Amino acid sequence: MSRRHQNFRNYRQEQRLTQNRVIASAIFVLIMMAVLLARLFYLQVVQHEIYQTKADDNRVMLITEPPPRGLIYDRNGLVLADNRPIHSLTVIPERVEDIKTLRETLSATIDITDSEWDDFNNRLSEYRRPYQSITLKSQLTDEEWAKISVDLYRLHGVQVEAQLTRYYPFGEAFAHAVGYVGRITANDLQKVDRLVYQGALFIGKTGIEDFYEDTLFGQPGLSKVEVNARGRIMSELERQNPTPGKDLHLHLDARLQQYAHDLLGDYKGAVVAIDPKTGGVLALVSKPSFDPNMFVQGISYGNYSVLRESNSLPLFNRAVRGGYPPASTIKPFMALAGLEYGFSSWTERYFASGFYQINPGGRRYRDWKRTGHGWVDLERSVIESVDTYYYQLAHKMGITPIHNFLSRFGFGESRLLDMYGSSSGLLPSSEWKRAKYNESWYPGDSVNVGIGQGFMVATPIQMASATAIIANRGEYHYPRLVDKVGDEPIEFDDKVGQLHKITLKNQGHWERMVVAMRKVITDDKGTARRLQGTEYSIAGKTGTGQVFSLREDEEYDAEALEKRLHDHALFMGFAPAEAPKIAVFSIFENGGSSGKPADLAKLLFDAYLYDDFPTRYDYLKGSNHER
Amino acid sequence: MKDSLYKRVIAFTNARLWQLVHVDVLLVSALMILVTGGLFILYSASGQNIDMVERQIFRLTLGLGVCLALAQLQPKYLRRASPLLFVFLALLLIGVLLFGVGAKGAQRWLALPGGLRFQPSEFMKIVMPMMIAWYFSDRQLPPSFKQILVVIALIFIPVLMIAKQPDLGTSLIVAVSGLFVLFLAGLGWRYIIGAAALAPIGGYVLWQFMHGYQRQRVLTFLNPESDPLGSGWNIIQSKTAIGSGGIDGKGWLEGTQAQLDFLPESHTDFIIAVLAEEFGLLGCAALLLAYFLVIARGLFIAANAEDNYARLLAGSLTLTFFVYMFVNIGMVSGILPVVGVPLPLVSYGGTSIITIMATFGILMSIQTHKRAR
Repeated sequence: MSRRHQNFRNYRQEQRLTQNRVIASAIFVLIMMAVLLARLFYLQVVQHEIYQTKADDNRVMLITEPPPRGLIYDRNGLVLADNRPIHSLTVIPERVEDIKTLRETLSATIDITDSEWDDFNNRLSEYRRPYQSITLKSQLTDEEWAKISVDLYRLHGVQVEAQLTRYYPFGEAFAHAVGYVGRITANDLQKVDRLVYQGALFIGKTGIEDFYEDTLFGQPGLSKVEVNARGRIMSELERQNPTPGKDLHLHLDARLQQYAHDLLGDYKGAVVAIDPKTGGVLALVSKPSFDPNMFVQGISYGNYSVLRESNSLPLFNRAVRGGYPPASTIKPFMALAGLEYGFSSWTERYFASGFYQINPGGRRYRDWKRTGHGWVDLERSVIESVDTYYYQLAHKMGITPIHNFLSRFGFGESRLLDMYGSSSGLLPSSEWKRAKYNESWYPGDSVNVGIGQGFMVATPIQMASATAIIANRGEYHYPRLVDKVGDEPIEFDDKVGQLHKITLKNQGHWERMVVAMRKVITDDKGTARRLQGTEYSIAGKTGTGQVFSLREDEEYDAEALEKRLHDHALFMGFAPAEAPKIAVFSIFENGGSSGKPADLAKLLFDAYLYDDFPTRYDYLKGSNHER
Repeated sequence: MKDSLYKRVIAFTNARLWQLVHVDVLLVSALMILVTGGLFILYSASGQNIDMVERQIFRLTLGLGVCLALAQLQPKYLRRASPLLFVFLALLLIGVLLFGVGAKGAQRWLALPGGLRFQPSEFMKIVMPMMIAWYFSDRQLPPSFKQILVVIALIFIPVLMIAKQPDLGTSLIVAVSGLFVLFLAGLGWRYIIGAAALAPIGGYVLWQFMHGYQRQRVLTFLNPESDPLGSGWNIIQSKTAIGSGGIDGKGWLEGTQAQLDFLPESHTDFIIAVLAEEFGLLGCAALLLAYFLVIARGLFIAANAEDNYARLLAGSLTLTFFVYMFVNIGMVSGILPVVGVPLPLVSYGGTSIITIMATFGILMSIQTHKRAR
């Protein structure tokens, strides 16, 4: 159609039309360019600060550098808890394109176990700071390190980090005394300042490591770095160095600790040695034990359940939590109670037959010696450990004076100053029994308590501490593990840290009691006469704790009983008796007779007093060993 | 006695010599300003990769060669070749759909002997306006309703083929290059207003027919923060780069977003963000001014062209160039959805440099082959 009308076309009009449209387009272009400029103005001027902040958030990263943890030394400067450099393979999940692909790529290079991946995934789902690395495999071998280093450039988000890990060079003998650190869990983070623990790997879980966490941890360093989009650090903008944690110096003597640990042999049990002058714990052994190093990098579930479910309870710290009947080792305290309240005297004599009855014809409380001891005084009752003497004494006194007096020695109370979770044992009273069993206190209950059985329960640390009080003739410090923080003496709350004193109505009783306990060894009938023949003087008291209640007329027959039903064997003692330097309490669970713990104590005295440990312990001597 | 500088410049640009070699001095100068500035940005955006800059210079030189060569060609030959080229390219597009090669799920190329590749859709950007301009060249303007329908069909058949490859960016450019001719040819305003009014309704209908993932893309455009690590990442980072640049920028090679690799595609589609970060709003304004000079000269050539074909073609090519720029800056600054359109003559690589330079060759041809009046 248009072709036919070609001749009539108005070219000028068409030209004007298209030119107008070009002009309209030019206006359109100008308007749209103005829109772009307005948009850029909005972003670059109006919202500039928002985006400036975003850009800085992108490129500036705060990295906390965990401080090196304070070391733990024994009294001779031997390192019991050390820091060791390791190289670990860590991953920043935010930088990884795809974890699955990464897993495939990595497994071609080095071995990463399924459980390591499980741990990694678990930690991935836990709370963490964005861009914080997660350890995938710790403690790379040199070979693994070399292999992975070659591939690092193409593994975004993967790095090899040099870290410090905790190391306990002497393993299980010290596990219960020093404790251990472990990986920080979500639970732990609720108790601490997350900011401070950013980037930290470990936190104290038990023992000294736990109690002194704040001191050992130190102050983290802060470094402000510029990173690129792949998380690579391009430059450091600002830096504040970490303040290392403070070192701790323990009262503990590593050789004494190891020696005591070894002397317990295959027995379950505990040994606590205390310096009576300071309350410092020289040895704190609980057996069986475990290798604390297992917990540092995270213990495998399998290993953990073995430890947890073992009948011998290796994770249980018997020395501070184990509740044992103190048995005959309570007798010196019971005797002092009788003296204090006028229920007995050094001169009064008592005829000890083979048993004691509250009422004629009533229940017979048997003496360990069927034939009885004949006429005995207070001193002899200690020397020969006369049960009937204490049956009658406890019966006469009743529970209230017993409770009041024994509590002054720390029974029924947790006095260990610097470890969490120590048990307070059980020092019974009639109120306690009423509350617990809704029953009144029977005289027979007192009779049992008289020989440290029945309701009475004490921990080895309580027994050792009480022993030290007698050793020091009434003056004492609460037991503590740490001596110095860095170079400064440890400071505890004034009331508990200071010197305490038990003042008897007649202070002479202390010395008399020491003499009696001395005769436990020196007397021909002394229950610990096997310890005779030392150049120095030992004072002590044996004990045999019943695990298995014998009926009234039954004879204890070790042969016939299963080992787990054998009596616990106990010994408390100190040396030299005149001016004690060490007090020891030891218990062999199901150890039978008290010979084993007594022998153990003597060997510890020998070694400690003369600094004459078997040469096999020379490696535990420490660097600033003197004397 | 002395001529003013202005007069001397005018004299220079009008010199017979330029007319003889068919060079439009103003257009080439504006292009040179744009391209030179672009090379400096590219050097920074590529992480100071001088090899990349050299390759870009090579491409630009090649493009300039194509531009000068096309400028020698009389517009009437272009006009006569238009329908042939159009049919030929349309056939090739069918070929691409059937035998095409490509990557990442898109097939855009035809493999040629000797390992070469050929992307027909790229040339459609020029041939489409040529075709529509040819269609109108011997018809009376403004177009009738029937003609409009014919033109719409001519535009959308190849556009749909390109969109199916899929190559949304190119199909969009090809579509607008055709539609601009229609507009310049005097498409009635009632049609334009009507189409604008129908757009939201069309959008709603389209939304109803969209797949979930397609809707997701639209939503991401509307709110990139909803998917900050996935598809929203690019746009968040580019806005951050632009916004943090402020008025005068962080300085050349000092942009943290660009230099520390937070900005994706920094040397290709998102290169304007590098400029915005390092030279700020002032740098952006300078770039827009350079573009405006090119576009203004193009529209001037269109307005003063000899016949309808030349006017429509020159106008459409210039406006398409503008759309390139607008879509790119619009998407990088977050007012348009992310479609893969490079910033013309500044973004690194692509055959687009050659085709864009070719359009300027056509413009120069139109400007310099006019019979003296």
